[in-house]
Amino acid sequence: MAHRVSLFVTCVVDQLFPKVGLAMAEVLERIGCQVDFPEAQTCCGQPAFNSGFRAEAREVARYFLSVFANAEYVVIPSGSCASMISHHFEDIFQKEPASLAAARAMSPKVWEFSKFLLEVAGVEDVGAELHEVVTYHDSCHALRELRIKQGPRQLLRKVRGLELREMDVAEECCGFGGTFSVKFDELSGAMARTKIDSVVRTGASAIVSIDSSCLMQLRGALSRADLPIRTMHLAEVLASR
Amino acid sequence: MSAAFDQKIHETVSNPALQLAIYTATGRLADKRKSAVADDYLPEYQELRDQASDVKKHTIDNLDYYLEQFERNVDAHGGKVVYCKDGSEVADFILGLAKEKKAQLIVKSKSMTTEEIDFNERLEHHGLESVETDLGEYIIQLAHERPYHIVAPALHMTRYDVARVFTEKLGVANEIVIEKQAGIARIRLREKFLAADIGVSGANFLVADSGAVVLVENEGNARLTTSAPRIHVAVAGIEKLIPRAQDLATFLKLLGRSATGQSLTVYTSFLSGPRRSTEIDGPDEFYVVLIDNGRTKLLADREKRESLHCIRCGACLNICPVYRKIGGHSFPWVYSGPIGAIITPQFMGALHEPALPFASSLCGACAEVCPVKIDIPKILLSLRAEVKKTPPRGIPERLERLAYRIWAWVMRHPRIYEMVAMAAASLAPDSKNGYIRAVPAFLNFGPIRGWLSQRDLPAPAPKSFRQIWRARSKP
Repeated sequence: MAHRVSLFVTCVVDQLFPKVGLAMAEVLERIGCQVDFPEAQTCCGQPAFNSGFRAEAREVARYFLSVFANAEYVVIPSGSCASMISHHFEDIFQKEPASLAAARAMSPKVWEFSKFLLEVAGVEDVGAELHEVVTYHDSCHALRELRIKQGPRQLLRKVRGLELREMDVAEECCGFGGTFSVKFDELSGAMARTKIDSVVRTGASAIVSIDSSCLMQLRGALSRADLPIRTMHLAEVLASR
Repeated sequence: MSAAFDQKIHETVSNPALQLAIYTATGRLADKRKSAVADDYLPEYQELRDQASDVKKHTIDNLDYYLEQFERNVDAHGGKVVYCKDGSEVADFILGLAKEKKAQLIVKSKSMTTEEIDFNERLEHHGLESVETDLGEYIIQLAHERPYHIVAPALHMTRYDVARVFTEKLGVANEIVIEKQAGIARIRLREKFLAADIGVSGANFLVADSGAVVLVENEGNARLTTSAPRIHVAVAGIEKLIPRAQDLATFLKLLGRSATGQSLTVYTSFLSGPRRSTEIDGPDEFYVVLIDNGRTKLLADREKRESLHCIRCGACLNICPVYRKIGGHSFPWVYSGPIGAIITPQFMGALHEPALPFASSLCGACAEVCPVKIDIPKILLSLRAEVKKTPPRGIPERLERLAYRIWAWVMRHPRIYEMVAMAAASLAPDSKNGYIRAVPAFLNFGPIRGWLSQRDLPAPAPKSFRQIWRARSKP
């Protein structure tokens, strides 16, 4: 039976990288999912949560829970936003029983895109083809909060024509960190450049990740350095053929 | 953010030689740790972490009980436990002791707790000489600096830096060979060990059921400090307790590996009481000074109490991408890195440096390597919320608060959200390959300015995902 999937594309993808959302929808439809996009969606609330504004984060989180209350699966092109919903909603609603119950009910329905493909849909090969040498950036929240490490690599290895080369510091943070990137700009920029040095050493022509915000940070720094390396969300790689 | 914090970060990040020194040294320590806890080498590593975390939690939750047990056992061995509220009480105790015993010279082994209370400065102020005997600590004491790192105090210094300090402060010829530098320090320190009246150490663990102070080290200086002088004083925070000697089997396996990748440090000393009548070596008197210095305040906070579980291994510093860029001296207090970022606000108050808990990308690498599993990112987030509960300081903070109020409202009104986004997109200048290098002056402020100082900015998409989806869904 087809899985009924509601896309939560995240505010970053909605406004800056819509192609990532389209690619994700295409792959999900290709493997037989029934895909919808609840138009009332906006953001998960993470920017406020990470900045210490808990009340504002709760407002937006409550809103998210109401928009997706009837979803069967919520699939997200971001480990960070998925973790915010499945892990941190519980932290912020400790003193709010109704919202806490809603957050706990939501948590098992929320899936980061690559994890959904492998663990719910049970698909490793989505029929993608891309002739390119790529390296994979482990985004921190996906890696350490959602324990996503091998999954995206498994999916990449099934892409025809693609060669995956590991960085020496694949697990090191890109330096984005939400508002950290603009509050501690010089530090954040230095972290991005360390990561990019490692990418350059692999000889890859593209960095792949499952989080568009890490890629925005890396691509922004690559562009500033005029380096001819592109960034691709995993969904874009898997949609290629 | 205070100007000093900002300035120190800038000075460190923009100094290529220092960047290389920090990155190399921390990288080496992190690599050693990684192999020392690898599956094929220590398959029980994760179970050890669970045990250590459980034991620490149990001890901290029952600290009153274990403190009393420890004190009884120290007494039984002929030692004495002294409780001090803060650094000034510790100084008073040592000064009183020195006066009574006519002591002039103190030798010290490495201790972050004594750094925390400015131990040497307080005693020197009263005419006592207090000499650090750990090589790294000796170097930074000569240079009048604070430890750069919990475990490796002179981590930021190259051998050339050390040569310069030795020439300036000791009047020796320029010596850049590390072994020979150690030789120079050894000759001078040996004289101090033999002449000292009081030896002051820290403690890695205080064992309640045996009244023992446990010290781990690699240089043998702690062993000399605690056995050569007539009097040994161990200064430790109350959180250093563990219930039983057998718990050391867990903690010693984790500490050396997490700190330096050693399965065991070169020396592990178990000190309980002064020299017995049947023993040749050891001090005549043995004191354990237990200090609070803010720890009971942490103890009262159930949510963040686990900060007291820390065994000061420094693993979180070595793995931290922020510490590896900004180094130890950018931090506003003696404790640096992720652990410093969570305990400094709790010891010194949230507003000591309000920006400190925000100086993290929340990558979580620290929590992953913590041998006692302190959830550092979670505590950072909680500290951020505490800072934002205090009244705003200045116009930028007021604007930030207002911005989040508006943002939260907009995010609950999807039509408005869409309109705001379209309006913002219409202001965006032309881009090259979808990325913007500069914006007109009227847009170049706040977050945009911060972003553009380091990176190009992605241009808003001509059509948002929702617009494309809407068009696609139309029959």
